[in-house]
Amino acid sequence: MSGVVITVDGRPVETSADLTILETCREEGLDIPTLCFLENLTPANTCRICVVEIGGSRALVPACSRRVESGMQIKTESERVRHTRMMVLELLGSSVDLSLTPLVDQLMDRYGAAPDRFDGGATVEEAPTIDNQLFVRDYAKCILCYKCVQACGVDAQNTFAISVVGRGFEARIATEYQLALPDSACVFCGNCFGVCPTGALIPTTEYEMRAAGTWDEDAQTVTRTICPYCGVGCNLDLVVQDNRILKALSPLDHDVTSGHLCIKGRFGWQHVQSE
Amino acid sequence: MEDTDLIVLWGSNAREAHPIFFHHILKAIHSGARMYAIDPRRTTSTQWADMWLGLDVGSDIALANAVGREIIAAGLQNQTFIDRATVGFEAYRQSVEQWTLDRAEAVTGVPAEAIRALAHEYAKAGRAQLCWTLGITEHHNATDNVLALINLALLTGHVGRYGSGLVPIRGQNNVQGGGDMGALPNKLPGFQDVENDKARERFEAAWAATLNPVKGWHLSQMFEAMARGELRALYVIGENPAQSEADTNHTVELLRGLDFMVVQDIYLTKTAELANVVLPAAAGWVESEGTVTSSERRVQRVRKALDPPGQARDDIDILSDLARRMGHHWATPTAEQAWDELRSLSPIHAGMSYPRLEELGGLQWPCRDEDDPGELFLHGRLWHDPPGGPPAPFTPVEDSPPLDVLSEEYPIRLTTGRRLDSFNTGVQSGGYESPIRRGETIDLSPEDGAALAVAEGERVLVSSRRGAVRAPVRFDPSLRPGLAFMTLHFPDEVETNRLTNDAWDPKSGTAEFKATAIRIDRLDT
Repeated sequence: MSGVVITVDGRPVETSADLTILETCREEGLDIPTLCFLENLTPANTCRICVVEIGGSRALVPACSRRVESGMQIKTESERVRHTRMMVLELLGSSVDLSLTPLVDQLMDRYGAAPDRFDGGATVEEAPTIDNQLFVRDYAKCILCYKCVQACGVDAQNTFAISVVGRGFEARIATEYQLALPDSACVFCGNCFGVCPTGALIPTTEYEMRAAGTWDEDAQTVTRTICPYCGVGCNLDLVVQDNRILKALSPLDHDVTSGHLCIKGRFGWQHVQSE
Repeated sequence: MEDTDLIVLWGSNAREAHPIFFHHILKAIHSGARMYAIDPRRTTSTQWADMWLGLDVGSDIALANAVGREIIAAGLQNQTFIDRATVGFEAYRQSVEQWTLDRAEAVTGVPAEAIRALAHEYAKAGRAQLCWTLGITEHHNATDNVLALINLALLTGHVGRYGSGLVPIRGQNNVQGGGDMGALPNKLPGFQDVENDKARERFEAAWAATLNPVKGWHLSQMFEAMARGELRALYVIGENPAQSEADTNHTVELLRGLDFMVVQDIYLTKTAELANVVLPAAAGWVESEGTVTSSERRVQRVRKALDPPGQARDDIDILSDLARRMGHHWATPTAEQAWDELRSLSPIHAGMSYPRLEELGGLQWPCRDEDDPGELFLHGRLWHDPPGGPPAPFTPVEDSPPLDVLSEEYPIRLTTGRRLDSFNTGVQSGGYESPIRRGETIDLSPEDGAALAVAEGERVLVSSRRGAVRAPVRFDPSLRPGLAFMTLHFPDEVETNRLTNDAWDPKSGTAEFKATAIRIDRLDT
């Protein structure tokens, strides 16, 4: 790809025209926050937390999907950018339960966000959906980032069991005709909760242990091994506490799985800890 | 796989049996690749294909030979490749000459026009991957089936190139590794021949021991030797033959007849229940250190995440201890020490140190030294001029229908396979609750269900020439009339292998799990 020169926060940067603003900035060591972005999914541009200012552009643009162009003048932390990120965090934080979103407190501090300004406003209040043994859907924590829809769709699983229903504030992720998961097209690969950034989709084991107060990340180890089912060689990252496996993840950066698993790899480990 | 132009998925339901491999197929399809799926059942894999060729069970060679004949008749073979890199083309051409499209249609049940389309598209594709699994290999002529597919790759030059190859997909996480490590009756580690004196001498020198210069028996031959009374004791590690072998009744009878059997397993399996001694073992993939080799020859590390329960011990500990009890002064090596010894004896693994495996996320053999990046695909030499080494041989093979023939008494063809959420005899996958698990059924086409006057959910008697089981009926529109389907996942509910035929391929030793003649009878209601 052809090399291009852009300006980032006043500094000239040489980059490649097939990269996005986010990729270029990360290569430069700049920390642009993201919520709905994941390296192995198509950018959905829904959360707007990664927006940056481009000289000559009226609107802020999402860094995750916009490709660099020669001569671009980019500001990653201008007042406008910071204000927008603050608002995004406040609107999400005041309406959705972000208690399981990693690093969100640091982001709130960084941008001076105070979601309690909107206390009394509308919230996404919804009881968790528990309709199967393997994972829970707690949409009070959902920021509609679409990652689960993409992982279930063309970006990985191609099962298309879930999409968005409703409009505006009533929009929710749901199965066809809002069926229970076991009655839907879902094949329980768990690739949706593998990419969920807020804990809205959560394995039942983790959900129950958090409710009981026994989920203790300080007492957990993560060990990488190979799935025992079939000969594809999927890497598993097993989260273990007190000599028990609690969940199976897969590394995003391994070219066999790109972070995705099937139902056997995701949930089929219980045979080694049956009582 | 993602960069190929054409995928031919032959006798594989990868969407369910190898779901993450199928993700790579789907990436190729989304990038514009086309797919032909060849399977008696219209599976969830075939639903992604541009064309489904629903052949009759066991007619693969007829279909492959007809594809070969059509390619030659249309002048679409890669003659430059054939002349430079192969041998035996003329004999192959003659052997397929009789397989006209019309004759193949009559034998396989696949319309002539579909066979023609497959032949032309495969031959003309810039890159093509020919993938298969047990639909090709669980037949009495498994090796011939594979050779029939290899012939097609040689005919078109779809082998040994980036994006073009022959892709057998392995069913377990270390089937390939078992072969790599010499868990074959005729091979030492690294595929060195037991009967080759030079190869054997290297191992004898390293181990300061004398090795048997004669190759051993494979699994099917071992059961035959039990029947003859020549094999009297058995040491079974991590296998459940009492449920996984075809013709269960006969298998269990042979196992019961042994003088002595040791089973080393993570579970008290049905086989372990028959054993004189059971050695509880740690689960290799999660309770011990080591390596496994995937379908793409990629050696990757397995790591200990859990302490094994109770008295269960690492396989290396058990084997070392056993050797000491037999009077050998063995130390107990770490997994890495055992691996480094293997590397010193198997040239194709020599470059795969633990630190490199760690750093690179695995390496694909051959990897001959620590600067060797490993091989993405094999047989690239066939594209050198001259090809560095012997030419690749065409091997003419003849159609040979399933041995368990259909008759008036047994008119329905039963085939077997896996479902998405389960695995083999269910020893491992039975450990978790799956919302999509239905338990065992005898799946019939709705047409057969109507003809037999059975209802969905009704328990029926399923009989073959070897045994009978009772199972509930399920109607499956992916089956054509005359074709039935069962899995081997729930042997404690329905012992499907009471029905299957233990007739096996003399070259590979694989039994014909895919083709059983059955009848269905209503139970008295």
